[in-house]
Amino acid sequence: MREMIVSELSQAVHDLARGFAHYLPRLIVMLVIAFAGWLIAYVIKIILRSILRLFKFDRLAENAGASQLLSKAALPSATEMVSRFVFWLTWLGFLLLGVSVLGILGLQEQTARFFLFLPRLFAAVLILFFGLLAAGFSARAALLAAVNANVPSPRLLSLAVRSIIMVFVLSVVFEELGLAEQTMLVAFGIAFGALMLGLAIAFGIGGRDLARRFLEEKFVRVKKEQDEDELSPL
Amino acid sequence: VEDGNFLTDDFLRQLIDVGEADILVGLPTHNNAKSIGAIVHTIRDGILRSFPRERAVIINADGGSHDGTRELITELSISDLHPGSSVYALRTLHAISTKYANTPQSGVALRTILAAAELLRAKACIVISPESEGIGPEWISSLIRPVYYEGFDLVSPTYRRHKFDGLLTTNLLYPMVRALYGTRIREAYMSEFGFSGRLGSHFLGQNQWNDGVGETGAELRLTLAAVTGRFRICQTFLGKKDPVERRAANLVPALRQSVGVLFSALESDFEAWSTTSGSQDVPTTGIAPELLLNPLRVNRKRLREMFVNGVSELESVFQSILSSSTLADLNRIAALSEEKFRYPAELWVRTVYEFAAAHRKSVINRDHIIQALAPLFRGRVFTFVVENRSGSANDVANNIEGLCLEFERLKPYLLEMWKSKE
Repeated sequence: MREMIVSELSQAVHDLARGFAHYLPRLIVMLVIAFAGWLIAYVIKIILRSILRLFKFDRLAENAGASQLLSKAALPSATEMVSRFVFWLTWLGFLLLGVSVLGILGLQEQTARFFLFLPRLFAAVLILFFGLLAAGFSARAALLAAVNANVPSPRLLSLAVRSIIMVFVLSVVFEELGLAEQTMLVAFGIAFGALMLGLAIAFGIGGRDLARRFLEEKFVRVKKEQDEDELSPL
Repeated sequence: VEDGNFLTDDFLRQLIDVGEADILVGLPTHNNAKSIGAIVHTIRDGILRSFPRERAVIINADGGSHDGTRELITELSISDLHPGSSVYALRTLHAISTKYANTPQSGVALRTILAAAELLRAKACIVISPESEGIGPEWISSLIRPVYYEGFDLVSPTYRRHKFDGLLTTNLLYPMVRALYGTRIREAYMSEFGFSGRLGSHFLGQNQWNDGVGETGAELRLTLAAVTGRFRICQTFLGKKDPVERRAANLVPALRQSVGVLFSALESDFEAWSTTSGSQDVPTTGIAPELLLNPLRVNRKRLREMFVNGVSELESVFQSILSSSTLADLNRIAALSEEKFRYPAELWVRTVYEFAAAHRKSVINRDHIIQALAPLFRGRVFTFVVENRSGSANDVANNIEGLCLEFERLKPYLLEMWKSKE
């Protein structure tokens, strides 16, 4: 009996030692990969930050309206955000690579899925950024055109242009990420429809007086203005 | 002509038929059938009266007219082979036409005329606007003579205009060109002008035709090229200019083709304007231009409203362009009542210079910067109209002179902003 217990104990210790001997080198490799990954991610972050500063990415982000959003959320500048994002993404990739070395079956599958997801994530970030740029540019163009044409409520018009583009961009981003595609499709339909209906109501009913004034200014005042001399700029 | 690919084979064939010319009259057109006949008759009269022995050619660069403009021009050629013509002429007067594109582009039209001038080795060239309905035969002589007989390279026009006509010219273009380039050219953005073959070839050879100059504002670029290239420039009085663009909606295109072009030129001409101080008069021929003072109804209320509305609605845009002190001053004057409202010269100059620096740094889209200037310009127009409502020609001239001096005084401010990195 005593011998059996000793034998089982020694077998357990032996198995533990064998398991430890089996995993220790893998653990060391994982730690090395994690450390090397951190180092590489850090270097990439520094280089990326310099490149973005060189190409005045913050100004681009400001034009796109992204800087204002970040500032409202008390987040760092766009350059810093992108650099940090790439740092964490790179390091996370290395960490998962390291974990896969351990040979844990479930984790290996998750790692593979993560790496397959990366191109879609990058595409989504790019679409979001250029979408923000397009929305900012178009909203400003609409604002300037409306102000110079003396159209009532130019900011409302500009906001409507920005909102329509952003709703469209966000729906494309979510579709690219594969997140709740059906929900997003329905949400997009509802949001877009609601926006259009809202605008129709705003202009048709809510802005009845405004519309009347606008039309009066547009058509009734024309005669009055034709009687007044306008100035030739050049 | 280094790159003559933009000239069609048919046009080159017509130019070869002409051979060489002493005088070239360029006529850029686009659907001007209503007025072009009378203008070409006047040009022809001017040439036959003042230059009967010179070899002359009228070159029409057309931007895709559909109303028979081109045919109207070419029909007015005079051939010495057909003595039955009612017009007595010593020489053949060619009138040839080319369609450079399907849509009008003033820069491409001018480039076509310049290329034709170079190929025909024309000594003196003039360009006449197809909208110059007040043109007389003496205009032709006034524009050609200084080049042909007196050796000038650029003849810039002066006109008899109403004191409130051409306010973008008097309140921005003239003072700014004068302060920065040191040359007092009244009409830097010219619709009628004369130039020598030498200046034409110099301008044609500049490598700028592919960076937006082909579209608009090439006339202003030609003026600036003459100034920076130290060519001989003079001004000549032509007569009364009828304002053709009376609609306020035309302000933004006018800003694009004049102020936008000037702001862009400041980049390439930095070496020239940054080392210039003060300003010099330009020799002027003919009588001094006088201002018309007849009463003109101006919708001042609307001008001020559009300024106030612009300052309030475009605040986010102005934050990218203007300094905080200038923006604060604009907000302050926008809050004033109509009676007290004034856009002082000093603030206007600071505004324009900050816009120029912002344009250089492309703080936002450059076209948006130009568009954002429109409501502020309306505020300045309001002030100019109020200040000179009952002023004499002398008072108006003094007012403009004061603004010019302000532009010259604040030039170091522009230089400082121009050189600063942010």
